[in-house]
Amino acid sequence: MIETIEASLIDWSRAQFAMTAMYHWLFVPLTLGLAMVIGIMESLYVYTGKEFWKTTVKFWMKLFGINFAIGVATGLILEFEFGTNWSNYSWFVGDIFGAPLAIEGIFAFFMEATFIAIMFFGWNKVSKRWHLASTWLTGFGATFSAWWILVANAWMQYPVGMKFNPETVRNEMDSFLEVALSPVAVTKFMHTVLSSWIVGALFVVGISCWYLLKKRNVDFAKASIRVAAIFGLVASLITAVSGDSSGVQIAKSQPMKLAAAEGLYEGGTGVPFTIVGDLKVPKVLSFLATHDFNGYVPGINNILRGDYTTPKGEKALSAKEKIEKGKIAIAALDTFRIANKAGDKAVAEKYEKVLENNVKYFGYGFIKNEADLVPPIDIVFWSFRVMVYLGAYFILFFIVVLWYLYKDTFTKRKWLQIIGLWSIPLGYIASQAGWVVAEVGRQPWAIQDLLPVGASVSRLQTSSVQITFYIFLIIFAILLIAEIGILVKAIKKGPEH
Amino acid sequence: MNRIIKNIFTFYYSGFKSMTWGRVLWVIIIIKLFVLFFILKLFFFKPYLQDKTPEEKQEAVGNELIYRSE
Repeated sequence: MIETIEASLIDWSRAQFAMTAMYHWLFVPLTLGLAMVIGIMESLYVYTGKEFWKTTVKFWMKLFGINFAIGVATGLILEFEFGTNWSNYSWFVGDIFGAPLAIEGIFAFFMEATFIAIMFFGWNKVSKRWHLASTWLTGFGATFSAWWILVANAWMQYPVGMKFNPETVRNEMDSFLEVALSPVAVTKFMHTVLSSWIVGALFVVGISCWYLLKKRNVDFAKASIRVAAIFGLVASLITAVSGDSSGVQIAKSQPMKLAAAEGLYEGGTGVPFTIVGDLKVPKVLSFLATHDFNGYVPGINNILRGDYTTPKGEKALSAKEKIEKGKIAIAALDTFRIANKAGDKAVAEKYEKVLENNVKYFGYGFIKNEADLVPPIDIVFWSFRVMVYLGAYFILFFIVVLWYLYKDTFTKRKWLQIIGLWSIPLGYIASQAGWVVAEVGRQPWAIQDLLPVGASVSRLQTSSVQITFYIFLIIFAILLIAEIGILVKAIKKGPEH
Repeated sequence: MNRIIKNIFTFYYSGFKSMTWGRVLWVIIIIKLFVLFFILKLFFFKPYLQDKTPEEKQEAVGNELIYRSE
């Protein structure tokens, strides 16, 4: 007799994974963003030959190194959790998830271990140009690593390029290119990496503002702000464009996530976008979802009832119909396995076909209640707004900063320097909010339509997951305090040390 | 070939030797890796299906999925 899975086990496993992922994501965006800013500054050094830029680069490189050292390997904990807490999921996804992660591991190790060493140890040992190439390659290596992680994540949101093998109960990759270049992976990569560049730019502007507030290292601070603000503005504008592509993609592949992000129960054409409360901008959600101000956007109830036509022109299935098909798929898997073990080829083949015809809805067979298909609306709704509003704020902020730099009055604008300093955490908040939209918005799915979180989790004792949750909380808190402490010390010492 | 290996070794050796604040970071990295691999991985994060053969794994996951759908 197999005991029922407790809801608390699922919740604690999710909480632990969320905490680990969010903690890991404190380090990654700064690595990706700061690497680019450093690359630009070092290019200026090589181009102008001015020692000033070398000192500037070395300082930001030191902060990059601290962030990198504290953050490195925290992502490995996620892989531990896959094997221990999410064993059904790990088996079910087969090599599809493992392949991109393995490529990421190899790239992260070889590119970063090689070029980061030259970046830190190579001053005066290799030529200027070779050092510059190493700096850029460290940044590109980190970005390329991010690509594969995001490919793995995109596959969970939009599973393509695979076939389910009922004999092994695993998915098998049948098109690497489809997995690696899925439209969700491409838009996710663009949006995630570009928004990370904003985090890097805000960090450089914010720390430099602190120097201006303290009236020290003024030339260094102004030069750093100039580079970072231009870079941040470009990144913010392209992030907005990539966010728009992401919205259209989500409307096609995960309409429930979009409906939850708007708190839209009844859809329609020309749907407004809610700014806050009853303040709405007419037709904007329709435009964001379809690039047509009169485009149709299904609401949560429409998706559950299936009373609309999908962007592909097909009639949408109701939740009830999908659950029915999911149950047929799982029952077919059961019969297939029994027949296969008994050596009854004819029955096995028959039910393999039934499974194949319904496998698209496999995950719905685990859903006990239609309401379980709706993600937590409030969290998704507000996270989406935090992300979008902060994104708009960053564009405005960088424009204002560049305006006062152009007017050469930035050093007199203390209020703007204070805003600049306090904008550092806002970059992180926007980045984390984006992940909350992406991950909470796809609930209840671990793999969209194929496997809900309740079927993915390992049969562990809830208490053991709780213990490791608190262990991580303590370790992460210590590491974070260490990082902030070392960073603050390095910043206080300044670029001259 | 030996010269290249020697140069690479010298590069890393002198790089590590001349580190100042980097030493603290390396201590943190080493402690962190020790905690990850020798404490967490060894005592708290044993892969749930690790003692099973591939056939046993597919059997176990298959049974779990079918049971959880009921």
